[in-house]
Amino acid sequence: MSPDAAGRWEVVIGLEVHCELRTETKLFCGCRNAFGEEPNTNVCPVCLGLPGSLPVLNRQSVEYAMRIGEALHCDIRPSIFHRKNYFYPDMPKDYQVSQYDEPINSDGWLELPNGKRIGVTRAHMEEDTGKSTHMGGGGRIGDATHSLVDYNRAGVPLVEIVSEPEIGSAEEARAYVSELRAILVATGASDGKMEEGSLRVDANVSVRPRGSTALGTRCEIKNMNSLRSLGRAVEYETGRQIDLLESGDRVVQETRHWNEDEGRTSSMRSKEEADDYRYFPEPDLVPLAPDDQWRKAVRDSLAPMPSDRRRALASAAHTEPAAVALLVEQDLDGLVLAAIGAGADPRIALNRAANEVAADPDGAARLSAESFARVVTLEATGKLTATQSKQVLAAMLAGESDDPEAIAEDRGFEAMDTSALQAVVDQVIEANPGPWQRFLDGDPKVSGLFIGQVMKKTQGQADGKAVTRILQERRDG
Amino acid sequence: MKTAVDIAEAVRTGERTAAEVVEEHLGEIERREPEIHAFNLVLADQARQAAADVDRRVAAGESVGRLAGVPLALKDNLCTRGLPTTCSSKILDGWCPPYDATVVERLRVAGAVFVGKTNLDEFAMGSSTENSAFGPTLNPLDTSRVPGGSSGGSAAAVAAGFSPLALGSDTGGSIRQPAAFCGVVGVKPTYGAVSRYGLIAFASSLDQIGPFSATVADSALLLEVIAGHDPLDSTSIPQPAPSLMEAVEAGVDGLRIGLIRELLEGIDPDVAARVREAADVLSAAGAKVEEVSVAATIYGLSAYYLIAPAEASSNLSRYDGVRYGLRADASDITAMYEQTRAAGFGPEVKRRIMLGTYALSAGYYDAYYGQAQRVRTLITRDFDAAYEHFDALLSPTAPTTAFAFGAKTENPLAMYLSDVCTIPSNLAGHPAMSVPFGTGDDGMPVGVQVLAPALGETVMFRVAGALEAAATAATVMA
Repeated sequence: MSPDAAGRWEVVIGLEVHCELRTETKLFCGCRNAFGEEPNTNVCPVCLGLPGSLPVLNRQSVEYAMRIGEALHCDIRPSIFHRKNYFYPDMPKDYQVSQYDEPINSDGWLELPNGKRIGVTRAHMEEDTGKSTHMGGGGRIGDATHSLVDYNRAGVPLVEIVSEPEIGSAEEARAYVSELRAILVATGASDGKMEEGSLRVDANVSVRPRGSTALGTRCEIKNMNSLRSLGRAVEYETGRQIDLLESGDRVVQETRHWNEDEGRTSSMRSKEEADDYRYFPEPDLVPLAPDDQWRKAVRDSLAPMPSDRRRALASAAHTEPAAVALLVEQDLDGLVLAAIGAGADPRIALNRAANEVAADPDGAARLSAESFARVVTLEATGKLTATQSKQVLAAMLAGESDDPEAIAEDRGFEAMDTSALQAVVDQVIEANPGPWQRFLDGDPKVSGLFIGQVMKKTQGQADGKAVTRILQERRDG
Repeated sequence: MKTAVDIAEAVRTGERTAAEVVEEHLGEIERREPEIHAFNLVLADQARQAAADVDRRVAAGESVGRLAGVPLALKDNLCTRGLPTTCSSKILDGWCPPYDATVVERLRVAGAVFVGKTNLDEFAMGSSTENSAFGPTLNPLDTSRVPGGSSGGSAAAVAAGFSPLALGSDTGGSIRQPAAFCGVVGVKPTYGAVSRYGLIAFASSLDQIGPFSATVADSALLLEVIAGHDPLDSTSIPQPAPSLMEAVEAGVDGLRIGLIRELLEGIDPDVAARVREAADVLSAAGAKVEEVSVAATIYGLSAYYLIAPAEASSNLSRYDGVRYGLRADASDITAMYEQTRAAGFGPEVKRRIMLGTYALSAGYYDAYYGQAQRVRTLITRDFDAAYEHFDALLSPTAPTTAFAFGAKTENPLAMYLSDVCTIPSNLAGHPAMSVPFGTGDDGMPVGVQVLAPALGETVMFRVAGALEAAATAATVMA
């Protein structure tokens, strides 16, 4: 694909994210919902779909689904379950209980860190299938000699979150999933682990002439197991479709499989071969109609969402929400907000949190906002230089003490008094007459040389800002 | 002294032992079962063991349940732990459920003694037991005739005196029609009154478990034991079992009873005549009886033959050879599915799976399944309208008495018509029961159907009790 071609087309992406709910038990029975256990140990007549067994809806899963709905600004409505009929060995009843035209959550949105809103069409409840491992052949059922099926996952509660086709790039797709994952974790409904399959993403990708409003023919891409592979798969698929259209071909609507090793997608099945799922209302379950009281309790129990937290921190730190996205993702916004609340300088607090604190998550967990505020304030008032402040903070993170003054004293850190510093600066000016002339001629870049020299002579104890001030005094004086 | 009420009383008071009672019934089974074939499985050893347990408890002065020592037959689509449960289908070959149905558990606790698992039309699809993979059951009153179906084995077991009680399941008449054909009482309770947990599904929104017995009081007793909320069935009504025993002898004085006009049309004249006589005796007993139109009932059969197969097509998907039951040896998964299901299911089951699959297909759903659900709503509405003026309704249970083997096997539609009077109650979820009332011109029993609104079991048993009293009096006088 030439750059020209890329300029002529734009990609439209809609994402379907399956989120396993971290309930104690499965969606319709009392079996434990746990990952990575001995195969076929968390099973019973209900999740094995044995003849005569019947489903009973897990209240906790409804609560989690409602939390997700609230967090995604959805309408939460009375809903019903449907059966989606198709044959597959890891689906014990050969139908999946899911929600179809009356889902619990619909018409919501999600806000990316850059402020763009992506519409959420629906977020409905359904049961997971078991897990097949196809032995022999290429790992697919068609060429396997035999298959092993683990039904521990069968009946695990899922919420499927379907976005509007409003995502405009692979990068934005990653940002959407990253944000969605943060939201799901914040609701407590999910552990967000893509690598364990707790979050599974399918992408509907189509391209259209740039500026067009009609949607092109889409392909659904499956089997992307990380944010990285989502980005790669969407990039690849976009290029594939543009190449087809540029060469006068057309895109065939189909499901395509992302192969991580080969870095490409390949056809799984076309729309013509697609199953007719024969959806109909599940007669073994009754309609689900959470009352206002329950909905209110769910709403009240929700922790603040990432977008709210970004806004709160950005406002307190006089910056943009996008600038603090990483801090919120690292769960350090509470620390910074509390430090600012305790009087710390916002800019220094953001800097130290984003660098030193973020680099040591274990240490961050035991760092109190109050001590953090104190070390930031020591730096802001010039009692410690930036270098000293970082060292004190490192000692606090390492668990040495939570008293920054004590650490500073122990290290012998004192901001040098002005006269001593002036003497050092004068020595350096004397030793570098050429650069000093350039500084006097108005070249600001040379100041770095002087600061560096002073730092070297003081073993980093000097405050860079104070050095700059003295240099200016010498020049102007 | 053959009723469940009497047996339970005698065993409880020590007047008789459960062991004697069970031997008496096993003896009857030994004598006539080879001819009748009511059972897929006779549980002689287990029954003796259960009876001995009851006797031990009585001797020890421990409390025993309400059905202590009463022999009972279970339709073979009710799950019994560790015992084959076949639905009279080859596809469940070798499968033993690892759990008991809720009704089975409640009956065990009540002290009932299971004597066997009874034959049925495969997966309860049929009206004659001719669709059983293990051969038909014969009508004990005339072995050239069918016992009705699908719970033909349970009806025959009670009629033959193999057990005073039996359980069946009723999706479109599968308890009431065989009860009528065999001259016994059969009850389909309100949908949700009895837990379906452990009943192997035919059509989930219509299936309901219910009693067979020789007397109305015995059915009342059995229903009291098995009804009541079960948290394992989401469609189970959250309220306790009703009290029905007093209703049986409460009489019908002052009750308003409607004779459903539409369900007297197209009925054999001798059957219709018995139903009118039943109306007369109720009237004589103090009820106010009138004809009433419940117009939408005539569409019941058509709606049923879309809804029931649609649900069945989904419910029976799981018999795929992967996990249990029959599995054909084939080279790939699709061939295994196809060959397993081709070999495991009989023709009527296949017919209904195809009907139902078609009715749910994209592009046809609205015209078939959707339309049938709308008819279902209409039927319920028409019933509700009738119940504004009546406490209970009356109709024939079936258009004919028991027919001869083979009479309708070549024509599925003629067979389906056998359920025309019983289907509307399933679609509405209402209770209905069949009470024997006289005989047809062929000397075979006629069943009168008593219908009641949802949870109207008490009034239904009042009417049934009055009909039984009148029928018994007539027999005594004759």
